[in-house]
Amino acid sequence: MSDKNKNKKKNWPLWEIFVRSKNGLEHRHFGSLHAADADMALENARDVYTRRSEGVSIWVVESKNITASNPEHNGELFEPAADKVYRHPTFYDLPDEVKHM
Amino acid sequence: MSEKEIKNLEEIFEAKIARDEKIEPKDWMPEKYRKTHIRQMSQHAHSEIVGMLPEGNWITRAPSLRRKVALLAKVQDEAGHGLYLYSATETLGISRDELYDQLHSGKAKYSSIFNYPTITWADIGAIGWLVDGAAIINQVPLCSTSFGPYARAMVRVCKEESFHQRQGYEIMLTLCKGTPEQKEMAQDALNRWWWPSLMMFGPTDDQSTHTEQSMKWKLKRKTNDELRQQFIDQTVPQADILGIKVPDEDLKWNEETGHYDFGEINWDEFWQVVKGHGPCNKERLQTRVDAWEGGEWVRDAAMAYAEKQADKKVKKAG
Repeated sequence: MSDKNKNKKKNWPLWEIFVRSKNGLEHRHFGSLHAADADMALENARDVYTRRSEGVSIWVVESKNITASNPEHNGELFEPAADKVYRHPTFYDLPDEVKHM
Repeated sequence: MSEKEIKNLEEIFEAKIARDEKIEPKDWMPEKYRKTHIRQMSQHAHSEIVGMLPEGNWITRAPSLRRKVALLAKVQDEAGHGLYLYSATETLGISRDELYDQLHSGKAKYSSIFNYPTITWADIGAIGWLVDGAAIINQVPLCSTSFGPYARAMVRVCKEESFHQRQGYEIMLTLCKGTPEQKEMAQDALNRWWWPSLMMFGPTDDQSTHTEQSMKWKLKRKTNDELRQQFIDQTVPQADILGIKVPDEDLKWNEETGHYDFGEINWDEFWQVVKGHGPCNKERLQTRVDAWEGGEWVRDAAMAYAEKQADKKVKKAG
């Protein structure tokens, strides 16, 4: 690292926080926070998001590493699923006598 | 984008909100919506952060260990609420540093209530009971506001606030059941905090400039006057239980309306405090700026350490 970069004021990066509320459930996005590194992000996440036993496991991911889809492209991305009704069980006609299906 | 295209997008946007669909950070939104939200959400975050100061004043002097752990937890919650709200505001494309800068330079406002001093222990009771009580009434409708990150942050905040109010009321109750001096202290705190608490709901409806637009965006569900009335109606009976008197000679139950009538609020005082001339405006801001500047070397050291560790990892791998 050059001296010039060293002297430049650096802000703590942003991290996204995912918490598993209890075993058996998935990690869910809880919010974000700033921290100097991953260890600090974990400790801060513990204090910010689990003060009342809201979690049993935490994931932290630096926000810049997340690639998000663009809502403006939602049409081409998600609409193809809209006309595929045959992917749903109700598409198939069965007589009422057939049970458990 | 042409004007026509923007108008079209705006119509789609307004219709979405009318259908109670949430707006998420990457969705298109009118510039005014973004700006209004940055202003209101950051003011809200700043209020949580500055709100720690009047109470922090009493942590070391809490009268028992039970009161001390409760107050510590409450103040820590407020730091947490500030952080939820700051990070929700950042999703609108403004950095944390800019937000802090707006607070520290005096450009951004925070709730005026925190510019009043906490001179006795009873003030801690009155703040929890009245200030958090008023905040809850203001905040509950925000849980269903149109901007997703704000609504989600508010759900968490509201869940945690009710402990704050109960701990405050318990302090008041203990004082009111105590010696005459203690009860007098509780009465004195109510006398000082009652009117500023009513001001927390903002100017009267005919003076409020943002209400109409905020209603449309569901940043507001009820008007300032409606919320203020709700607060008075639910708080006066709580004062009766404590056996202390709300400092308003005109306060009277109105059988016809089913609400309490109340006296004139001193709006001159309200605007004085908003404009920076309250009893503690300078002290609060200075304390906040000092904390931020005094902590700079710690933030820098943490960053330098993180970079050093990252470098080491790279070298090891190489």
